[in-house]
Amino acid sequence: MDIKNADLTSIFNIATTQNKYLNDLHFFTGAVCLVILFIVTGLLITIVAKFRTPESDDGSEPKQTSGNVRLEIIWTAIPLAIVIVLGVLTAIVMVVVNPAVGSKKPDLIVIGHQWWWEYQYPKYGVTTANEFCLPVDKNYLVEVLAADVNHSFWVPAFGQKMDAIPGHPNYLWLHPTKKGLFLGTCSEYCGAQHGLMRIMANVVSPQDFETWIEAQKSSAPPSDDPAAARGKVAFNSATCVQCHHVAADAEAKALIGPDLSHIAQRKTLGAGVLENNTENLTKWMQNPQQFKPGVYMPNMRLTDDQAHDIAVYLESLK
Amino acid sequence: MTQGALEHSHKPVNWVAEVPEYKGILSWITSIDHKQLGLLYIMSAFGFLIVGALLGLTIRMQLMFPMAHVVNQGQYNQIFTMHGTTMVFFVGMPLLFGFAVYLTPLMIGARDMAFPRLNSFGYWVYIFGAIMLFFSFLAGGGPEAGWFAYPPLSEKGYLFNSGQNYWALSLFVTGLGSVATGINLIVTILTMRAPGMTLKRVPLFVWMILMDAFLVTFSLPALNAALVMILFDRILNTHFFDATVGGSPLLWQHFFWFFGHPEVYILILPGWGAVSEVIPVFSRKLLFGAGIMAASTVAITFLSFGVWVHHMFTTGLGTAPLYIFAVTSLLIAVPTGIKVWSWLATMWGGKLRFSVSMLHAMAFLIQFTIGGLSGVGFAVIPIDWQLTDSYFVVAHFHYVLVGGMLFSLISGVYYWYPKATGRMMSETLGLWQFWLFVIGFNGTFFVMHILGILGMPRRVWTYPVGMPGWAELNFFSSCCSIILVGSLLLFVYNLIWSFYHGKTAGPNPWNAWTLEWLADSPPIAENFERVPVVRSRRPLWDLEFGSGGDGDGEGQHA
Repeated sequence: MDIKNADLTSIFNIATTQNKYLNDLHFFTGAVCLVILFIVTGLLITIVAKFRTPESDDGSEPKQTSGNVRLEIIWTAIPLAIVIVLGVLTAIVMVVVNPAVGSKKPDLIVIGHQWWWEYQYPKYGVTTANEFCLPVDKNYLVEVLAADVNHSFWVPAFGQKMDAIPGHPNYLWLHPTKKGLFLGTCSEYCGAQHGLMRIMANVVSPQDFETWIEAQKSSAPPSDDPAAARGKVAFNSATCVQCHHVAADAEAKALIGPDLSHIAQRKTLGAGVLENNTENLTKWMQNPQQFKPGVYMPNMRLTDDQAHDIAVYLESLK
Repeated sequence: MTQGALEHSHKPVNWVAEVPEYKGILSWITSIDHKQLGLLYIMSAFGFLIVGALLGLTIRMQLMFPMAHVVNQGQYNQIFTMHGTTMVFFVGMPLLFGFAVYLTPLMIGARDMAFPRLNSFGYWVYIFGAIMLFFSFLAGGGPEAGWFAYPPLSEKGYLFNSGQNYWALSLFVTGLGSVATGINLIVTILTMRAPGMTLKRVPLFVWMILMDAFLVTFSLPALNAALVMILFDRILNTHFFDATVGGSPLLWQHFFWFFGHPEVYILILPGWGAVSEVIPVFSRKLLFGAGIMAASTVAITFLSFGVWVHHMFTTGLGTAPLYIFAVTSLLIAVPTGIKVWSWLATMWGGKLRFSVSMLHAMAFLIQFTIGGLSGVGFAVIPIDWQLTDSYFVVAHFHYVLVGGMLFSLISGVYYWYPKATGRMMSETLGLWQFWLFVIGFNGTFFVMHILGILGMPRRVWTYPVGMPGWAELNFFSSCCSIILVGSLLLFVYNLIWSFYHGKTAGPNPWNAWTLEWLADSPPIAENFERVPVVRSRRPLWDLEFGSGGDGDGEGQHA
């Protein structure tokens, strides 16, 4: 998995305007909570030091106090005031970060599958899987859907996470302010491979984004490697096409598994399980369960040659 | 006070193993005595605590190193599902019921629960349900949809082994027992108090159990209803939670958390009750602000039915509906805070005795405050959007349920063990256990706050190599979890060792003030030979000094 060059996954890594607001709230609330914790701890330490029963105690009972109304009002009123302030700030940040969507059409549709992500750009007619691009300095409306069970789309540096729930489309706004590769992960338990359902988000300049979109829209050019040609034949005959879509391949039009039209551009295989190269792809196809147990891709019992040829073919799909 | 023939109609015994009514295993199986049932509940809970802790330890061993393979994904998912389910339903619930049914009649001066047979029913369906769920491992695999079992994942289309059916059926059965015991406790407390013990004079523990029983009685039916629906979905092909034909997966979440949030308070209230008894006795002072403590418990009981959506802040229900639940969730922090201040004020000006029981109560205060404050963070919705379903949540609720509930109830065990068994627990073993517990617990769970902040999601079988900080912090947490489990084993060892070798306790070893300390240790089968008329919150203080159980002023020792 290519995480050496990735940006920090910390929630304090501010990569969108939304996460800036969230961070301000984190720091304010965190400071308030720490002050209260210091007061409680300080009081307890003082009490332990001050009111320990001395060795020379006479066994008499200390002064009994049943309560103090003024004190009780104070320690009700001050916390009440604090939570009112937090409540007001909550409302402000919620409205700023997640304004009403109305009838706006999403710029990006994220669909959670067991256990990979599908990304659709409806305005460009582009579909890809597991790795996606966003242009910097533009507020993107993201629709989050689920294909099977509940998932949750979370890139910590972007801020808010959003659940993907069948029959319940959700929306979130992302306005990236920083270029780079940002990692995230599914964060609603979704079954066997929940832990390895990684998200990779590339934030690039608007020009690079246009270039990337254009490349996604066009079919990958045919390769002149004879292995790739053999691989394409094998790919079409070994039932790979029952599940996968390849734009450059008239027979591969299924929409069940991840879209492979430009798989060679991806950094990883299996939503973050293996680095993407011909060797790993060959091994992956020969026994997907070894690398991602529970994955719905079956072992197609490919021979070494077939697997290698198909891998060469797929790696030619730039 | 002497009554001649009535007095000592039983030969006094000072060890529970010698009580004639408790001889033989049959006397335990057929018992309707609240004390035996209470002890059965507590012993079963500690048995399952060790099982749950070992499941938790397996989770920590799997996460000790990135891409490790101690167990496989399927096993891991079953293990964390069973860890959560066991700890909540087979440890937390029976532990609190054990304390409640053992102590409530003694503390209100009653002979038994209002419905002793219903009490027995509650225990035996619990143990039956628990065994049935563990049996699923022999019947084709355990449940693996998590303790929260969100559909569609928990539907048979995605998990088709029978474990999920066992899970729903088992919790339904134990849920029936819980509701029965809840009703039993309400009736007992409302109708069977000693003469003179008005509701204003019941010990805070009993008051909190009363509120707890209301919570159990009104929240568990929501879970039971949802369990029936998911069973129908799985077995009879209904579609309550199936979005493809018009059902709603979100419906389950509403039902589950309508039970699930009050459940948090169900679990913590008896612990609060225990420290509300322990702190005054070891500070030699009246509980500070008992009235506002009781009132704040009522406020929490009501509010806790109106906060369930804070478990669903990322489900996209819309700004206005979510915000209502942010407000209620923030408000509940106020009555919770009141309790912490009251406990601190009780200690202030007292004469503190640092028994192992008191040490657990003091550690509870700090740890529960940490868990409570991170809980305030989760009420602030945008913070929840970031941190929910990350390891930060795992840290948060372990601080509430282990740092809060378990620490306070273990404090209660050290406090009431002499009453129940007639023997004192070893303070030497207790001190070792306490410090290992504090170190193991905080070491295991504190770093999880940081893991969450660094973006580690929860319920993951493993995590990639090279994520900054993840491997180091997980390794540290896993090492400390060994200490934590060791301290729990030491605690169980102390329970057993002290049973045979502990010093004889006598009726009132702590010089405490509530009615249970008037009874023998262990109490006779009918609890009391004679109950005095209660004139204050502290009847035994009144017996000693003649008056002043509720009042301000100096106490002198006779």
